[in-house]
Amino acid sequence: MTDAPHTMNRRQLIRHSAWFGAAVGLAVAGGEVISHIAGTAEAKQVQARPTLRFAQVSDSHIGFTGKANPDVAGSFSQAIGRINNLGYTPDFVIHTGDLTHLATPEQFDHVKQMMTGLRTPHVFTVPGEHDSVDDAGQKYLSAFGAGTRGDGWYSFDIAGVHVIALVNTLNLKKLGHLGVEQLDFIAKDVAPLPNDTPIIVFSHIPLFAMYPDWGWATGDAAQALSYLRRFSSVTCLNGHVHQVFSKTEGNVTFYSGTTTAYPLPHPGDGPAPKPVTLPAGKLHDALGIREVGYIRGQSALALKERALQ
Amino acid sequence: MYGRHQHAREVLSTVVLAVMVLAGCSSPPSATSPSVTFGSGATTPGMPGMSGMPSMPDVPAGTTASVTAPAAPVAGDAVSIDSFAFVPATLTVRAGNTVTWTNHDEEPHTVVANDGSFHSPGMGSQATYSHMFPTAGKFDYVCSIHPFMHATVVVTP
Repeated sequence: MTDAPHTMNRRQLIRHSAWFGAAVGLAVAGGEVISHIAGTAEAKQVQARPTLRFAQVSDSHIGFTGKANPDVAGSFSQAIGRINNLGYTPDFVIHTGDLTHLATPEQFDHVKQMMTGLRTPHVFTVPGEHDSVDDAGQKYLSAFGAGTRGDGWYSFDIAGVHVIALVNTLNLKKLGHLGVEQLDFIAKDVAPLPNDTPIIVFSHIPLFAMYPDWGWATGDAAQALSYLRRFSSVTCLNGHVHQVFSKTEGNVTFYSGTTTAYPLPHPGDGPAPKPVTLPAGKLHDALGIREVGYIRGQSALALKERALQ
Repeated sequence: MYGRHQHAREVLSTVVLAVMVLAGCSSPPSATSPSVTFGSGATTPGMPGMSGMPSMPDVPAGTTASVTAPAAPVAGDAVSIDSFAFVPATLTVRAGNTVTWTNHDEEPHTVVANDGSFHSPGMGSQATYSHMFPTAGKFDYVCSIHPFMHATVVVTP
């Protein structure tokens, strides 16, 4: 999304929306998440500072050298600049994985160094499968695992919202995988919470079946979601698929985020999820970051997708 | 779905605009930010951002780490990795032979036996990995990064 949306003509907007197709506004009323589709929902005046506002960045793939993006460090740097110039300080920034391309110590050092430039009190991460290529995530845990449990999962509470960060990129057989130990963590973690506690879940691979043929799903996600069924508001944010997409299943809304590195095909478009090389000058329209805002009570858990240019 | 249908695109475009309008109603930020409470013990997960620092430090750009491509193998049967597929999908070799995989994709891949008997490191573009099969058997393997990629090496006595 640009800073001057009114200069975008309709055709550009439609083309743009092919990538940023699923930017959906949400409201929380009495703990219930409601999608705001234009013309059907009452647009309430938002006066106060959001109770919680954070930014999501994903799939920086530091170390990638292909022609789909010859400078992934440069575009990740732009994404950091985008977050630092939102006009406010996000309460935290979440990187939803594939920080690195090949999980080398140098790539972890590089991405960690870059993220120290984020102007926010907290930077959180979850690993992608590129961050655990050949060591079951040990180098990831060395760089980002402090204070986490198990293979790197954790939870925290902020502004009345319960946030759960999951690891579903280890021991892959075909789909994303959480495992018994992590499922047990989720069950115990949410057990004491009242039903009206808003829940936000981060993972790298989607917890919904976006396109299982390419591994864009998590095999044992249904078990995890069963523990969250009693909550009136559950929002799951993921990376991995390098494109914006959303889906609602019952009480849960899933949002796939875009990348700062290179686009991937739409599901089933071609034989494999190979990096897509866009025409010159088009790449940064496909890259971006996401803002998420939540207001207690009358309104607003809202998502905004922002392209890098 | 997935941007193929004009109608869906128009609806979604409208939604994008609606979000922009909603966003325009935000008031200026207040000075206070909510605190984070962790359930996982004394140590805080994640890392601090640079909140409170006056300006961004210089961010290194274009200093990406290089991926080492091992030297070409001396001999053996070959499997090519092309467009997220192992070719051939089934390779038959004799016991004692060495199989070499070469990644021709831009994306990294790995070669990981389902029974754990062999496991390559991450293979960048043009990288190779070799494994000698000492005993007869049927060895199914996947790419652990893209586990929908699977193939088999059949080793005959």
